[in-house]
Amino acid sequence: MEVTLTVNGSQHSLEVAENTLLVDLLREHLRLTGTHVGCDTSQCGACTVHLDGRSVKSCSVLAAQADGAEITTIEGIGSPDDLHPMQAAFRECHALQCGFCTPGMIMSAIDLVQSSDDLDRRAVREGLEGNLCRCTGYHNIVDAVLRAAPQMK
Amino acid sequence: MAEAIESGIGAPVRRKEDMRFITGEGRYTDDFSQRGQVYAAFLRSPYARARLDSVDASEALAMEGVLAVLTGQDMAADGFGDLPCGWTVKQKDGSDMVTAAHPPLAHSIVNYAGEPYGLVVASSVAVARRAAERVITEFTELDAVVNPALAMDSEDIHAGVVGNLCYDWELGDASATDAALAAAAHVTRLDLTNNRLIPNAMEPRAALGIYDPGTGEHTLYTTSQNPHLERLVLSAFVKVAPEHKLRVIAPDVGGGFGSKIFVYPEETAVIWAARKLRRPVKWTAERGESFLADAHGRDHVTHAQLGLDEQGRFVALKVQTTANLGAYLSLFGSSVPTYLYGTLLAGQYKTPNIHVEVHGVYTNTAPVDAYRGAGRPEATYVVERIVEIAARELGMDPVELRRRNMIQPADFPYQTPVALVYDTGDYEASLDKALQLIDYAGFPARRAAAAVAGKRRGIGLSCYIEACGLAPSKLAISLGAGVGLYESGEVRVNPTGSVTVFTGTHSHGQGHETTFAQVVAARLGVDIDDVELVHGDTGRVEFGLGTYGSRSLSVGGSAIVGALEKVIAKGRRIAAHMLETDVENIDFEEGQFRLRDSNRALSFGEVAFAAYVPADYPEDLEPGLSEKAFYDPENFTYPAGTHIAEVEVDVETGVVALVNLVAVDDFGILINPLIVHGQVHGGLAQGAGQALLEQAVYDEYGQLQTGSLMDYCIPRADDLPDFLVDTTVTPCTHNPLGAKGCGEAGAIGSPAAIMNALTDALGVNDISMPATSEKIWRALSG
Repeated sequence: MEVTLTVNGSQHSLEVAENTLLVDLLREHLRLTGTHVGCDTSQCGACTVHLDGRSVKSCSVLAAQADGAEITTIEGIGSPDDLHPMQAAFRECHALQCGFCTPGMIMSAIDLVQSSDDLDRRAVREGLEGNLCRCTGYHNIVDAVLRAAPQMK
Repeated sequence: MAEAIESGIGAPVRRKEDMRFITGEGRYTDDFSQRGQVYAAFLRSPYARARLDSVDASEALAMEGVLAVLTGQDMAADGFGDLPCGWTVKQKDGSDMVTAAHPPLAHSIVNYAGEPYGLVVASSVAVARRAAERVITEFTELDAVVNPALAMDSEDIHAGVVGNLCYDWELGDASATDAALAAAAHVTRLDLTNNRLIPNAMEPRAALGIYDPGTGEHTLYTTSQNPHLERLVLSAFVKVAPEHKLRVIAPDVGGGFGSKIFVYPEETAVIWAARKLRRPVKWTAERGESFLADAHGRDHVTHAQLGLDEQGRFVALKVQTTANLGAYLSLFGSSVPTYLYGTLLAGQYKTPNIHVEVHGVYTNTAPVDAYRGAGRPEATYVVERIVEIAARELGMDPVELRRRNMIQPADFPYQTPVALVYDTGDYEASLDKALQLIDYAGFPARRAAAAVAGKRRGIGLSCYIEACGLAPSKLAISLGAGVGLYESGEVRVNPTGSVTVFTGTHSHGQGHETTFAQVVAARLGVDIDDVELVHGDTGRVEFGLGTYGSRSLSVGGSAIVGALEKVIAKGRRIAAHMLETDVENIDFEEGQFRLRDSNRALSFGEVAFAAYVPADYPEDLEPGLSEKAFYDPENFTYPAGTHIAEVEVDVETGVVALVNLVAVDDFGILINPLIVHGQVHGGLAQGAGQALLEQAVYDEYGQLQTGSLMDYCIPRADDLPDFLVDTTVTPCTHNPLGAKGCGEAGAIGSPAAIMNALTDALGVNDISMPATSEKIWRALSG
């Protein structure tokens, strides 16, 4: 089947199998390998991207469901010369170690900040409970989200 | 020199590697693809123990897109060897441990649920997985041995391994310990289990095998913490390919925690299949495969006795442990419950008599090997739980009891009764700082306030020690290690003065690209951005033993220091010639080769350029400015510290909240405190996971009941508190950086602290890890 979608501002029309997952479309068809797969049960959140501005786990969305949608991945939010405030905060606060959960964590954190008022540490922890990190113990991730939040307003 | 200060030793430099990770430009094994690549799916045993009678692949082979179905029989026929264990443990009676063959792919018997016995290779992952389901395998199911405590009384799993006993090992003086216990004024007894854990690095294991028929070169991209060791094992033991025809690349690796040290069946099979099929073959584990077939950790059953005299001084510690090794010995599975466990049972204390006996047993479960801490969390859990319980039994303040028994700064170097010689430390300094950070004095008031709110609050300590930077090679090899424990470092100064550094350690989250660059930049006086670290590729780095046991900085960093000193020595000779003086008159400081007592100097860059464009150059010196060094530590390093946990239990529901977790650690000299604190945070999270949430559960048939992230609970952001971490410093006395290692401490110290806090809150001693709400509720409900 053909799927037409906008990814990081560029429109793509792709021929994919009907059971293709959005994450596979991104990783295998578009070679956007910044979005990772960490589990097969929608538990870890490493594959989180934005679909029409809201975070989704791209392992749980069929490519077909993204037909006509705007997708933003980690590659689409900033560049080394022009980091998104959340990216910059993750670096500043040492909120990443191995980097594998980081793209999904950043994409979830951006949506969390955009959809919440008055985040505090507890609210950040609850808001990110769908994204697993095995390296950082989350402490510095909470710091980073709260650092980026005012810069995103 | 503001730049130098900002990036110098001890500066919290923001990580160089982060830029690629935060922009999605990291390159992990599964991100690499080759033209013509095909995909593997493994055939895995559904039984914990069974005879493999026949494999009928005809239906699978008929499917469109299926290239091959390869089995353990095929691999054996191709002359492949078994996966080795890298440490031969000597038993009590002096004989070698009893091992069982571990073929990479099972060919006649399967010994754990999930064990691979073949693979399907197909044009896509989906086809490979569908085809794997169409392979019809006949098994004869056999009775499985699952419970390690019963293993020695069960049917033998492996021919020739009587009573499933791999080894009966001991350390320390048994009769002196027994005598001291018999004479002790008080003996505290403790039975405990150290729960079996599944590491769960967020990046699943993966492998991409490539074979070049023109050159005969094999290239294996894989998720490894130690690519050179992987190459050595695959070449020397498994006979995949000669070492010079095998390149192993471990690119960005998404966490390891020990689980990616070992050489696994899957990568072995992938490189084999690539050669057989003349196609690049890729495999990436599903999380379910990680649960079934990554090496698990811990899994001890222990009885311990601590004897004390009338003054509360420890007189003897006797420990008997049954350690579950799983179905086969993983690469270092034998050493973890012995040399990395028994040797740590002195803890921070002057216990004069210690004896430990360990039965390492085979069971029909996944192999068990090093997981963050590896033996040392198990030792700490025994020591710090029994010390706490002894204090309760004697009605003593647990802090005071510990103080009374601690090794004091004046006692170093301190020979323990269990082989190790601690070089330095100041245990009360860490203890005092931790007590202050958690406001220990204010705890009774917090407990009273919690009681008013219907909650039970408890506090618990753990004063741990670990042995890191495993060493020295000669000693380890004499104790059965099959490899050395040194590390290599190379410093290649480029003609323009920038520096490329090569290390045999591997970074999979630890930030070596930054920390090591800080070491190099500080010593050479160059900008940190002019230093690049290369690691993780046997084609680029000469040799190395990888990253495990918190060794990278203390051992790998020390090797780099050795190479730096050689570079500087050569630079001084070049500078002496250019400045027309003797080498003795040249000092090197802050990036300048200076003629002593003069204002004449050459910059590091000028000397580097002269080394490669030797217009005016010493006749007796080779051109170039590139040096290598190997560093073999003369002793272990001994990070130590105090962790204190405070918990609050809801009596109605059994829900436990970890409200405070403090860690004060002595890692020696810190290069980058930002990274060090991050390492501690991660370790604390895994320690909290072990104490409260995580456990691998097999049923009586050997089926893994916790085979997904829905059944096995790793900590989420809302399960954990903010951490309070700090450090004290006694520099390591025997390596040039004074560094001890920080990677594992968090996971070593914290479980005992949390369980001591929880049992303090509940007023019972025998809650087992993980202390789930259900367990606590049942304990409270009597």
